[in-house]
Amino acid sequence: MSVLVIAEHENGTLVGSTLNTISAALAIGGDVDVLVAGNDCQSAAQAAAQAVGVSRVRVADDSTLAGQLAENMADLVVSIASDYSHILAPATTFGKNFMPRASALLDVSQISDISAVISADTFERPIYAGNALAKVQSADNIKLITVRITKFDAAPAAGGSATIEPVTAAADTDKSRYLGLAASESERVELTSAAVVVSGGRGMQSGDNFPMLERVADKLGAAVGASRAAVDAGFVPNDYQVGQTGKVIAPDLYIAVGISGAIQHLAGMKDSKVIVAINKDSEAPIFQVADYGLVADLFDAVPELESEL
Amino acid sequence: MKVLVGIKRVLDPQVKARVNGDRTGIDLTNAKMTMNPFCENAVEEAIRLKEAGTAEEVVVLSIGPAKAEETLRNALALGADRAILVHTEDTLEPLALAKVFKAIVADEQPQLILVGKQAIDDDCNQTGQMVSALLDWPQATFASKLEINGDTAKVTREVDGGLESIDVNMPAVVTVDLRLNEPRYASLPNVMKAKRKPLEKKELADLGLDTANRLTTLEVSEPPARDAGIVVETVAELVGKLKNEAKVI
Repeated sequence: MSVLVIAEHENGTLVGSTLNTISAALAIGGDVDVLVAGNDCQSAAQAAAQAVGVSRVRVADDSTLAGQLAENMADLVVSIASDYSHILAPATTFGKNFMPRASALLDVSQISDISAVISADTFERPIYAGNALAKVQSADNIKLITVRITKFDAAPAAGGSATIEPVTAAADTDKSRYLGLAASESERVELTSAAVVVSGGRGMQSGDNFPMLERVADKLGAAVGASRAAVDAGFVPNDYQVGQTGKVIAPDLYIAVGISGAIQHLAGMKDSKVIVAINKDSEAPIFQVADYGLVADLFDAVPELESEL
Repeated sequence: MKVLVGIKRVLDPQVKARVNGDRTGIDLTNAKMTMNPFCENAVEEAIRLKEAGTAEEVVVLSIGPAKAEETLRNALALGADRAILVHTEDTLEPLALAKVFKAIVADEQPQLILVGKQAIDDDCNQTGQMVSALLDWPQATFASKLEINGDTAKVTREVDGGLESIDVNMPAVVTVDLRLNEPRYASLPNVMKAKRKPLEKKELADLGLDTANRLTTLEVSEPPARDAGIVVETVAELVGKLKNEAKVI
């Protein structure tokens, strides 16, 4: 058995999701290779070679892979697929974009968003926004899998010594062109990797009230998130969104402020170790998953929380 | 331009999914079913393209049970011109759905395919990407903005790091995210009119495709429940618990 992990990286920096995906690969067993594909991505390859458990890093460094467009990424994956029994990528918007395309080209049924490895051909995955867990067995020769990164610990980033080899990029399909990324400007820790997250919902009433949460977040070294209702109302940008359709996170501490707890929001945070809910409606569903609930007006409770920390 | 929109009938998102008695799936007996929310955005976008004069015809396609006719009629009431139901009572995997799409595209020759980014039942997030792979078309996933400019389209994609922009050649497959638009409701007169719009039924078996599932669901279970929490009375008590009991701050 031989497992390929497709690395997620940004501007030459390896993204943490890659290390979680390596752990899932190690749980399957066999040799683990990592593919780093992009333009100017040698430093990400160097970082991947340090990860514990990786045998070999293959680097496709080519201008046609700038922006990691799905068509060129999928063709590259297909070109080396026959070397592997399993191909894994994180179930982030990065992996979700090209993996199904590669799967269809290989005539394989992808297994999306696995939360556990049962055996080399059987995996657990959440369905219905995490309201049920399905155990699925694959009959395909090559298994293409995306990995729910919050369900696998990160492999140690240092201590490994994998070899690094180049691999040739597939011919440019020229079907699409990358124009750019408008990243939201934030000095704060990344939502998906933060140990503590403070999130606001519709109860925040306005984007002007989010600095109140940011001050609490600053004291805790936390990231700031939001419910879909808060994003749809225009309080904060879309990349703040935690939920079935946003980011799925599992920090050590999740503080939900003015969030009612719709099914789709719970799907994104209910694996957090400790959940705190602050809401003036004692009937809000968020209290059913909270370890600590405080029934209070958030406009009183949040400033008080800031001064108590 | 002709737009083909894929739609799926799913359990209403407001209804809590419950595992059935023999632990093989979700109990859908008498459950309220509806159009997958992301598909509503796809239908809405297609109708807006028609209203703007960019599209001439909007065709909706569903691959599923006889009852999916209801969902297709709903899309016709919203403004789609005609519907195709590829009937099967089996649950197909996204790869099989993509093969059916490819067969329908060969007949219909659309210039744009719109689908939701994922169905809220199996949460696979695969079908659009697979359709585009089998057609050898470009793909643009998780779209929150779509601008058609003749032979190309500019798409804004909702990605983890923010908003990414790409330009794709047409024809293309676009999978849509919730913030692309605000879906409308069907008016009663339009619901009545939709009953007379064309709805073509095809049997999956007649298409002669290999749509066998590759995955076997061995068991479906409820996730472990969280332990019941406690209600604290004051902020000071909360901070004390977080420091001394949970030890997370």
